[in-house]
Amino acid sequence: MNAARAADLGIGPRSGAGADRSFHLVTMAAAWFVLVLLVAVAVSMAWGGRLAFSTFGAHFITDSEWDAVGGHFGALVPIYGTLVTSAIALLIAVPVSIGIGLFLTEIAPRWTRGPIGVAIELLAAIPSIIYGMWGLFIFAPFMATHVEPWLTEHLGGKALIGPLFTGPPIGIGVLTAGIVLGIMVIPFIASVARDVFSAVPPALRESAVALGSTRWEILSRVTLPYTRSAIIGAIFLGLGRALGETMAVTFVLGNAHELSASLLMPSNSIAAAIANEFAEADSELYRSSLLALGFLLFVVTFIVLTIAKLLLLRLNRQLGRMS
Amino acid sequence: MIVALPLVAALAACGSNGNQGSAPGAQITGAGSTFVYPVLSAWASDYKKQGGANINYQSIGSGGGVAQVKAGTVDFGATDQPLTSDDVAKSNLAQFPIVIGGIVPVVNVAGLKAGQLRLTGPLLADIYAGKVKTWNDPSIMKVNPGVSLPATSIALVHRSDGSGTTFNFTHYLSQVSPTWKAGPGEGKTVAWPGGVGGKGNEGVAAYVRQIPNSLGYVEYAYAQQNKMNVAALQNAAGTFVAPSAASFSNAAESADWKNAKDFNLVMTNAPGANAWPLTATTFVLVPKEAKDKAKTQAVVTFFRYALEKGQGQANRLDYVPLPAPLVQQVESYISANLK
Repeated sequence: MNAARAADLGIGPRSGAGADRSFHLVTMAAAWFVLVLLVAVAVSMAWGGRLAFSTFGAHFITDSEWDAVGGHFGALVPIYGTLVTSAIALLIAVPVSIGIGLFLTEIAPRWTRGPIGVAIELLAAIPSIIYGMWGLFIFAPFMATHVEPWLTEHLGGKALIGPLFTGPPIGIGVLTAGIVLGIMVIPFIASVARDVFSAVPPALRESAVALGSTRWEILSRVTLPYTRSAIIGAIFLGLGRALGETMAVTFVLGNAHELSASLLMPSNSIAAAIANEFAEADSELYRSSLLALGFLLFVVTFIVLTIAKLLLLRLNRQLGRMS
Repeated sequence: MIVALPLVAALAACGSNGNQGSAPGAQITGAGSTFVYPVLSAWASDYKKQGGANINYQSIGSGGGVAQVKAGTVDFGATDQPLTSDDVAKSNLAQFPIVIGGIVPVVNVAGLKAGQLRLTGPLLADIYAGKVKTWNDPSIMKVNPGVSLPATSIALVHRSDGSGTTFNFTHYLSQVSPTWKAGPGEGKTVAWPGGVGGKGNEGVAAYVRQIPNSLGYVEYAYAQQNKMNVAALQNAAGTFVAPSAASFSNAAESADWKNAKDFNLVMTNAPGANAWPLTATTFVLVPKEAKDKAKTQAVVTFFRYALEKGQGQANRLDYVPLPAPLVQQVESYISANLK
């Protein structure tokens, strides 16, 4: 309707104003559509999970028992598994991705930038089930035979971190899932990192060079501070992907509703539990609990993103005070 | 959903007008058990080649199949867990078994020869309950004299998705072990005391092959096709038997079908002398009073074909056809209930 009117007005003398108005409306509708969709999804999942929330109350979040036969459901294990695997993924992906971005924009010879950049974008296009199968058939046996026995032997006995690395080396568990997730997240963070690093104004860099800065000083005092908020945005894009990843995690996490301190033991994640169990969830409470899990994933993601925004605000304020 | 419904109804109306109840070219839809999917799709393809109706089967899982057929969205459902005869009556369905298969414990222990390991039902339950933790536990050594087993812990693998295979497996463990019955119990998913969960038969098979010293359970066909090491089990008669077409048939023949109303019977722990204790059946559910009678007749014709002419296919795919007396019982049940 609006578009048609705009077209009609297109020939009139005030064509610019009409087009402006309709453009304004169209873009606003697009933005609101996302918000409405988001709220609708959250509300319908909360509504679907109401039976679980009303039956178990707050215990749903703190209880680690998940028993479909006894009709007793607690979401602690999937929440824990989701958060820990995503944390491991970021621990690996963030330094590697920033390294890739810096290398491609500052250090690499010009002719290598194209091929490596394309390779990273191709990595992002690989379907997650391929990562899952690679994880299960190639990476998990490698972890079981080479990495996990070494970890247990050298770190398992240490105080504090010891309990993280105990248990039989089966190759399938929180650590393997976290590493596979990390590899999956790298292309997302790295390609944004490369773009923002190359968007640093040359004048800034040249001034630093003129002042006699070394390459390291340029990186740490000019490039990274200048791109800080965009990089944190990229990290949270990657984190969002890690939190919600389903197929690859299902293959290598072990899908066991068991709480264990060890990173070598199997666990479960919210997305994996829903994917595994939804088809055969035949009691109403079971189905409702899975929908409630979906709602919790929403809440977890929302909290994590809010914390990130607050961090960024604070960082900016501190920096403002310093200068 | 609301928008889609009238469209679907309109399409369905077009479909039934297009081929007025005639069998050739008719479209039958079914949904349910993944266990039966390979043999059902082989039957469907042969049946169509011989001029029969087009069978569209979606292997969405037993629970989904039951829900869909109760809702009337498909012409038949297939489930590995039989409905109680009360439930069958209440939903106005007919229920009958269609094909037999086996579930087998598979092991990955270096140095163990194929079929060498022997297990008893209670022992299997104790292992899955985490009470028997290592391969050289005295209770395992007792039934495996002369076999050298490692002192390593047993890595347990189970299904992570809800599954009829898990239902049959845990039903058996509940039959042979009172503590299992009181503990995790039986169901399509249970609260496993330990171990890792693989998605689907292929997931469990992959985990067992990847993880040294592991024990899992899969459908017989998967173990055969992947050349996995299968353990022998002690049956209710006290004999150790290996899984095979013969021992599955023996289980089906010795099960008490005559007294099972609407065939509500799980065949595990069957009494036959050579019966494989983890034998399972897939049941077909057909609405007794469908809106379209011709559809019901087309479904019946297809399953009659499967029962009478599908045995060769079943054998080739590592399933076992129903024994002759049971086929007769099913045929008379169909004649009586699905007119």
